Amino acid sequence: MSRKNLSGIVQQTGAQHVVMRTLLFLTLGVFCLYYLIPLIVMIATSLKSLEEIRAGSLLSLPQEVTFDAWNKAWSSACVGVRCDGLQPFFWNSVAMVVPAVTISTILGALNGYALTKWRFPGADIIFALILFGAFIPFQVILLPMARTLGVMGLAGTIPGLILVHVIYGLAFTTLFFRNFFIGVSSGIIQAAQIDGAGFFGIFFRIVLPMSLPAIVVTVIWQFTQIWNDFLFGIAFTVGDSNPVTVALNNVVNTSTGVKEYNVDMAAAIIAALPTLAVYVIAGAYFVRGLSAGAVKG
Amino acid sequence: MITRTRTTVPLGQKIERWLPRIVVSPLFALSLFFVYGFIAWTIYISFTKSGVMPNYTIEGLSQYERLWATPRWYVALSNMFVFSALFIAISLAIGIFLAILLDQRVRIEGVIRTIYLYPMALSFIVTGTVWKWILNPGLGIQNFVRQLGFENFTFDWLVNSDYAIYTIVIAAVWQSSGYAMALFLAGLRSVDDEILKAAAIDGAGAFRTYFSVVLPIMRPVFLSTVIILAHLAIKSFDLVIALTGGGPGYATDMPATFMYAFAFQRSELGVAAASAVMMLATVIAIVVPYLYSELRGTNR
Amino acid sequence: MSDIRLEKVKKNFGATEVIKGIYLAIDPGEFVVLVGPSGCGKSTLLNLIAGLETITEGDIYIGGKRVNDTPPRDRDIAMVFQSYALYPTKTVRNNITFGMVSRNIPKADQDAAVEEISTLLQIERLLSRKPGQLSGGQRQRVAMGRALVRKPDVFLFDEPLSNLDAKLRIEMRTEIKKLHQRLGKTIVYVTHDQIEAMTLASRIAVMDNGHIRQFADPAAIYEDPVDLFVAGFMGSPPMNMIPGKIGAQDGQCVVSTGSPDEDPLDFPLPPALYERVSAMEGRDVILGLRPEAIFAAGTELPGANRFTFERPVSVVEPTGPDTMILFHHAGLDVVARVRPEDARPEGTLFSFEADMEKTKLFDAKTTLRI
Repeated sequence: MSRKNLSGIVQQTGAQHVVMRTLLFLTLGVFCLYYLIPLIVMIATSLKSLEEIRAGSLLSLPQEVTFDAWNKAWSSACVGVRCDGLQPFFWNSVAMVVPAVTISTILGALNGYALTKWRFPGADIIFALILFGAFIPFQVILLPMARTLGVMGLAGTIPGLILVHVIYGLAFTTLFFRNFFIGVSSGIIQAAQIDGAGFFGIFFRIVLPMSLPAIVVTVIWQFTQIWNDFLFGIAFTVGDSNPVTVALNNVVNTSTGVKEYNVDMAAAIIAALPTLAVYVIAGAYFVRGLSAGAVKG
Repeated sequence: MITRTRTTVPLGQKIERWLPRIVVSPLFALSLFFVYGFIAWTIYISFTKSGVMPNYTIEGLSQYERLWATPRWYVALSNMFVFSALFIAISLAIGIFLAILLDQRVRIEGVIRTIYLYPMALSFIVTGTVWKWILNPGLGIQNFVRQLGFENFTFDWLVNSDYAIYTIVIAAVWQSSGYAMALFLAGLRSVDDEILKAAAIDGAGAFRTYFSVVLPIMRPVFLSTVIILAHLAIKSFDLVIALTGGGPGYATDMPATFMYAFAFQRSELGVAAASAVMMLATVIAIVVPYLYSELRGTNR
Repeated sequence: MSDIRLEKVKKNFGATEVIKGIYLAIDPGEFVVLVGPSGCGKSTLLNLIAGLETITEGDIYIGGKRVNDTPPRDRDIAMVFQSYALYPTKTVRNNITFGMVSRNIPKADQDAAVEEISTLLQIERLLSRKPGQLSGGQRQRVAMGRALVRKPDVFLFDEPLSNLDAKLRIEMRTEIKKLHQRLGKTIVYVTHDQIEAMTLASRIAVMDNGHIRQFADPAAIYEDPVDLFVAGFMGSPPMNMIPGKIGAQDGQCVVSTGSPDEDPLDFPLPPALYERVSAMEGRDVILGLRPEAIFAAGTELPGANRFTFERPVSVVEPTGPDTMILFHHAGLDVVARVRPEDARPEGTLFSFEADMEKTKLFDAKTTLRI
């Protein structure tokens, strides 16, 4: 509900009002700077040469814009022993994120659908148990998961990481879809049942097409969470199978050689671009996802 | 109308009735195994003699004793409490403040909200990397201010054992205060317009309306935001690794990084498991009562 | 007790004109009801009077003072909202005293006021409860209490009874009327329920699409509607609108209705109308007859200007005290009100009698009353 309904309330006009409005915009502006400056610094630094960084100051814009740091970050920076830049790890992340998001979303939709539209005894308890899984600190499953992946022959591989993200993403995707489906009237389902459709028929032909908003929110949320993940990446992959976040950390925290801050910044931007792009393009859905995730079951 | 009496339900119908359960079961079983099964395993291990490899003989509370005898664990715990308290309080304050500001019919609200919220889209590693750079004593803010003429300005918190933990607060607040703002803004918007009109007729000015009428209505939002922020705080791992690596030394260690170090670097599985169980206990103590009251409240 | 004057008031929301130039003069102590279909602008008009919306053009005067730029709190008004708008986290007592605190009224006076109001509205037992613990009717009374305590000159009501169930609505309606009789303040009341309008108002303003169609007392609105809209809006079941043409027959003016091949009916007009229709032969008109003006032939006391005709019964709708009989004519279902014992089953040929004294004639093109 927007505040447009109240914009018409007759106010005391006059100096006091104008002063307050100016103060309001100033404050909002200051906070805009607060949030934007790190981004600007990051971009500016990545476009400077090392000499300029040392000679110049934090907030100065690059006098000579150079993309050398970007090239290096992408194709020749050293991640551990391998000096091929972030590129291979970027594609690792892509290869990991796409299946993980797709699978966890579809399964979440199925789960949410079954739990809300087909009441069976214990549905609520099952949901509560699944939901709790979203809140656990993952430290508590790191060790057994590492062992299990080893036993399954998936230790240190991307498919292993996909499996982990799907399993632990299920709690959130189920939550999103369940909340969405609760708002969908059961009448539609019942009408379809009278028409003779079955569980899966209703799911694929009626429910799924109408859950587009929920799908978008879920996909964006999952994409952001999984791409940005670090803990699972560092715990369950090794070396060549690292996702881009782990690679970034390695680049930035190498203790050997000269610290190339511009390369660090460029690498950070590369790692951040996909989720940032998704946010800018589909921001509204992202916000909806944040609120939905926060709203109680 | 002909009524048929059958003693057996056709197979197709039976399957249909069980289909929801069939669909949910594997997913539920997965959950059961990978979440609760694993938690049980970790708890079990925390009571055993496990060192480099898991050892399944129960040894009682020895691992916990070792845990609580490690100075580093105390550092990690106190860091978590200090960090959580500051992080939650400051994020809440900024969040509420910005939400109230944005509620004042600002025309470019959409743009401003996008700017306030974008840090949430970044990985904690990226955030840590950027702030590590900004807080760099030699080349970051300290240097910048010195260049402005304040020769004696020091801001070397990042490498200062006593103050490093606050740098993590700074970076975390930057990342998450927009989220708190978004939650509060949604809450503010859900207040019935007519209540605000009634307050206007009753003669309440802007301040009184917010403090006396609106914010009390926001109590549930407060609560859920605190829970979410607390949850984020307890899990902080990525940010610490990227910003300080747990250092200097282990001055900024947190239970999450502690656990990781002991599990994967020092190969002391028993202690690591014990620390993980402690983390779980903390989360349960906070989240479960909240979830319980919420689920009960929305029970159909 | 103040009068309210609206002069040439216009209100635009962006590019949409919602209130299109309204003149309204409300006398002190009147109970004026703004009634109309959704979207006609009645709530907007109320908000303009309250100061909850800024006025685009025109002037509003309350008690002789121009209040266009005065904020709501200084307009000496109080308002009761459709959803009651009680402060959910405050007790009933604090809900009532909230405004007084804003105006720095001493505590002793506040307590006295709460006492007085709660006795008047019978809410003494509820003072320490919160809105969530009250029933709809109780909340309504607390909302009124909050308004009364302001001791304003003007009371504004925005569909206050819409959220109550039917029985409660009738109870509260009577209470509001009694309150008005007791306090004598100027009241402006918005509703979409025309029965509420008829029972409560001293004058009704029927609104449509940003205009006031007619502003008069209930009897005039009902018996003397100024156009088709007002005639059709007030009254339930609504007035029958039968299209026809003015013609002459055996020296009488009639309205010929129905197609010539189907059974036509020529309704004779009462002499009172002759003057007005003298030059209108051939004009397309709408013949308005309320259901109570058509009854079973011979069941009322005889009178002048009655018209009897026969038609087969199409639908029978018993309502309890009356039965509505519908018959088909001129392409519509015409509703007649008969006593239950006069009703006949569907399909039977029924003798109807229409009291032509009560007919209202409207020009088909301009919809205005002739």
